[in-house]
Amino acid sequence: MAGGARDNDDRSADRISEETDLSARLKGLGATLGKAGQPKPAENDSGKYVSDPQAMAKGFRLSTELVAGVIVGAIIGWVFDRLTGLSPWGLIVFLLLGFVAGVLNVMRAAGVVAPNKLPGGNADQSKGRTRGD
Amino acid sequence: MADPIAQFEIKKIATLGHIGGHEIAFTNSALYMLIAVAGVSLLMLGATASRQLVPGRMQSVAELTYEFVADMLRSSAGNEGMKFFPLVFSLFTFILFANMIGIIPGTFTVTSHIIITVMMALMVFLTVLGYGIYRNGFKFLKLFVPSGIPLIILPLIVMIELMSFLSRPLSHSVRLFANMLAGHITLKVFAGFVTMLGGIGALGWLVAVLPLGMAVALTALEVLVAFLQAYVFTILTCIYINDAIHPGH
Repeated sequence: MAGGARDNDDRSADRISEETDLSARLKGLGATLGKAGQPKPAENDSGKYVSDPQAMAKGFRLSTELVAGVIVGAIIGWVFDRLTGLSPWGLIVFLLLGFVAGVLNVMRAAGVVAPNKLPGGNADQSKGRTRGD
Repeated sequence: MADPIAQFEIKKIATLGHIGGHEIAFTNSALYMLIAVAGVSLLMLGATASRQLVPGRMQSVAELTYEFVADMLRSSAGNEGMKFFPLVFSLFTFILFANMIGIIPGTFTVTSHIIITVMMALMVFLTVLGYGIYRNGFKFLKLFVPSGIPLIILPLIVMIELMSFLSRPLSHSVRLFANMLAGHITLKVFAGFVTMLGGIGALGWLVAVLPLGMAVALTALEVLVAFLQAYVFTILTCIYINDAIHPGH
């Protein structure tokens, strides 16, 4: 009888340990799943991976930014000349301005300059989530 | 050799009518736009027809696309930017489908015409401008006036900022158009080499393997470019929308 009771105790202890074991495994599985399900941490946007599509996208972006600035400058300069008759000056000034704007575009696209705002104001809070990615 | 530019020719399929003496025609470009829209609609309708907790194949694709675009928009323009989700999602799926359909040999690439990309870029530009002024009033103009600039060089900076802003629709549209155009011309030229060399004879066929391999590799590259250009167009749209919502901060 006593032996049977002990046996019973043993078995229930066994069951309890089995249950704690199972819950521990479940917890571990949950943690792993949580880790896998989470979006990748912020290091994603620093673009250091070789085959990162975001990095490639940035490369494609840079290719036209400068040209766009220069072309817009040229168009504005030409129209300005046509309208005012100050013949070469509009084109000269606006082409140079357009070139500067193009360089600014490229630097912004590359994340060298703070997005859209130079230092000052409270531009810092937007730095992380705008043009950097 | 086949003309590498011939693939971009606009052909009239049917005449719909006349407006002010100008013919309004249904062209091959319109046809492929319609096909792209139909493809997107089919995917989305097919995916949502049988909504299940555990998604099937179609539903997974649709959900992935939704998540992808929503994440992109939320991370660059914040939750308030989700107001523009329909616009951004339509742009992304339309460009992606138009680009992908264009890779299939014998089809027409809608996005290789600058008029299409300029229209889409202007739509984004005017949306940003209109919504920015509607939401922020005159404070939207602070986008052109960075704070903490000495008064003397302020006019110069404002001019530069203004030109930088005006160059946006241009770079936005030219990038997509130029990439698609250049890629398709290159493909056509290499494919043309294959038939030219084949005309020589047995030795020609042997050498023709090289441009054929190149054409295959370029097609793979074009698939990547097609996706990346749709992605770039969309992410820039998100960034511009962010400017409309928070100009100058």
